[in-house]
Amino acid sequence: MIGFIIRRILALIPMLLGIAFLMFLLMSLTPGDFLTPIRMQRDISDEYIQQLERQFGLDQHWTIQYFLWLKNAVQFDLGYSFAYKVPVAELLGERIFATVLLAISAMVFAWIIAIPLGMLAAIKKGSIFDRLSSILAFAALSMPEFFLGLIAVYVVAQTGILPIGGFTSIEHDYLPWFAQVIDIAKHLILPAFVLGVGYIGYVMRIMRSSFIDTMHAEFVKTARAKGLSENKVMFKHVLRNAINPMISVFGLTFSFLLSGSLIIEIVFSYPGLGNLIYFALIREDQFLVIGSVMMSCTVLVICNLIADILLAWSDPRIRLSEGGAE
Amino acid sequence: METPLLSVKDLRIQFNSREGVNEAVKGINFDIEAGKTLAVVGESGSGKSVSAMALTRLLPKPPICEINGQVHYDGQDVMAMSSADLRHIRGKEIAYIFQEPSVSLNPVFTIGSQIAEAIKLHMPHIKDVNAHIIDALDKVGIRDAEKRIKDYPHQLSGGMQQRVMIAMALVCEPRILVADEPTTALDVTIQAQIMDLLREVRERTGMAILLITHNFGIVNHFADDVAVMFRGEIVERGPVDQVLSKPEHPYTQALLDCIPRLGEKRERLTTIDHDKLAV
Ligand SMILES: Nc1ncnc2c1ncn2[C@@H]1O[C@H](COP(=O)(O)OP(=O)(O)O)[C@@H](O)[C@H]1O
Ligand SMILES: [Mg+2]
Repeated sequence: MIGFIIRRILALIPMLLGIAFLMFLLMSLTPGDFLTPIRMQRDISDEYIQQLERQFGLDQHWTIQYFLWLKNAVQFDLGYSFAYKVPVAELLGERIFATVLLAISAMVFAWIIAIPLGMLAAIKKGSIFDRLSSILAFAALSMPEFFLGLIAVYVVAQTGILPIGGFTSIEHDYLPWFAQVIDIAKHLILPAFVLGVGYIGYVMRIMRSSFIDTMHAEFVKTARAKGLSENKVMFKHVLRNAINPMISVFGLTFSFLLSGSLIIEIVFSYPGLGNLIYFALIREDQFLVIGSVMMSCTVLVICNLIADILLAWSDPRIRLSEGGAE
Repeated sequence: METPLLSVKDLRIQFNSREGVNEAVKGINFDIEAGKTLAVVGESGSGKSVSAMALTRLLPKPPICEINGQVHYDGQDVMAMSSADLRHIRGKEIAYIFQEPSVSLNPVFTIGSQIAEAIKLHMPHIKDVNAHIIDALDKVGIRDAEKRIKDYPHQLSGGMQQRVMIAMALVCEPRILVADEPTTALDVTIQAQIMDLLREVRERTGMAILLITHNFGIVNHFADDVAVMFRGEIVERGPVDQVLSKPEHPYTQALLDCIPRLGEKRERLTTIDHDKLAV
């Protein structure tokens, strides 16, 4: 198992190198760079602009920029943000935490609602409850996130029950630790809810079909023939198997949440990775764009890895094959 | 004549679906006497499995499936039983083993815990559940039972999985074992071993067996009585030697003609002409 984890992490390296290469290529193809707005100002001298170009390395061919960047990156120096005037690595740290926290909150929220609903819909397949929940799931799936976000912002702004925007309150640093946690949670509820709603429909549908498939398995017949109650059959034998496909889609769906959080973060001016990427792109803040895209990919790969580990833990057929456990 | 342990009268089973009504079983009668073995033979789709499942109402609920007729176990009316009472019959009085052992065990639980489930359910007075499981596995010929109880089903061979199924079925000492094609999915040599095992446990426990099979060779050596099913009906029923030596129904005859006998040269393969039989 440990060997498997190490292999997966090592496989991340060539992938990241490739992504960075592509990013440099793409950035070279898009017109303009960080200095474009400055160049347009007539009162700035050409000498000064050339000095800036040299300073940022923008006078070089993009492949040379790539290798220069690579040389620094192996020393964990991801470059300098032109706009924020701080090292990229420093910016990324706190943003990743905020985004991952948002995505995980949205996911936990969605799972807590979707798993029981999907299970009930499967057990009562064809009933009014099943149909109603299918319609609601479809509605939740097709509702654009920014639209729901705007409604949520409007409602909360009218009632004033929750803070809107940001990650913490102004007085955050002066609060005791538990009040800090509550403060962050309050800021998290709204974006996590909006991000999670679309995901509920998705998780529910997968759960429902996984549960229905498992209900027809032969071992369910054995469990009933043994004399177990219907509750034991459903909530022990079926559920325990039906949850496995959910774990394997966890890694995949996490990427939906990460990309979904881009929009949510902008709507709620939530200081996460998505927000950072968005403004970095607008300002052509080259190293920041590259750094944050690479971080998103790393987070994704790690989530998939966690999903694989969880699945192995949950399913003995996987755990005990691949020479894993011994 | 004493009353049989299990008696089935005019059992009818139909499945309702959008495509229409499928009368899977059309009024069959049979008895199982204590300690005796009844074999049910017939081609696939003739209604053997659903009849066996109906004995403890293990079929889907109406409107998908409707069961009519009477099933009496030890004087109790199975069709009128509450589901709580029914669960005391399932596994405790009438236990099942199925055709495909590899999918009949739950893949995410150890075999020990799956057997323990039956013990805790039907024999709550037993203190040392573990010793009981090991004993049950021992009795079906599984070596190193102490180690095997921690195994998951996929770690065992098909034959071993079927032995586990048998151990699980027998652990609560049922009076009837329903074995639905217990060897069909296994290799030929393993088939013989499993049949030997069933014979041995039958002698030891004196339980009755309802054996579903399409192998007349097994019927001949294993069963006391045989019922031949064809398209949802029992077309012939009686003691094994009588039915095998003097089959009365043409379908039984046709089935018997399909078995190649040892040392007998056959000119051509016999096939069953269904249209002629159905008239
Ligand atoms: N769960 C089910 N739903 C609908 N039809 C079924 C179901 N189970 C069995 N049947 C039908 O009942 C008939 C008898 O099946 P079965 O008892 O399994 O035959 P076999 O003699 O091979 O064991 C078949 O026509 C089959 O299609
Ligand atoms: Mg069958």
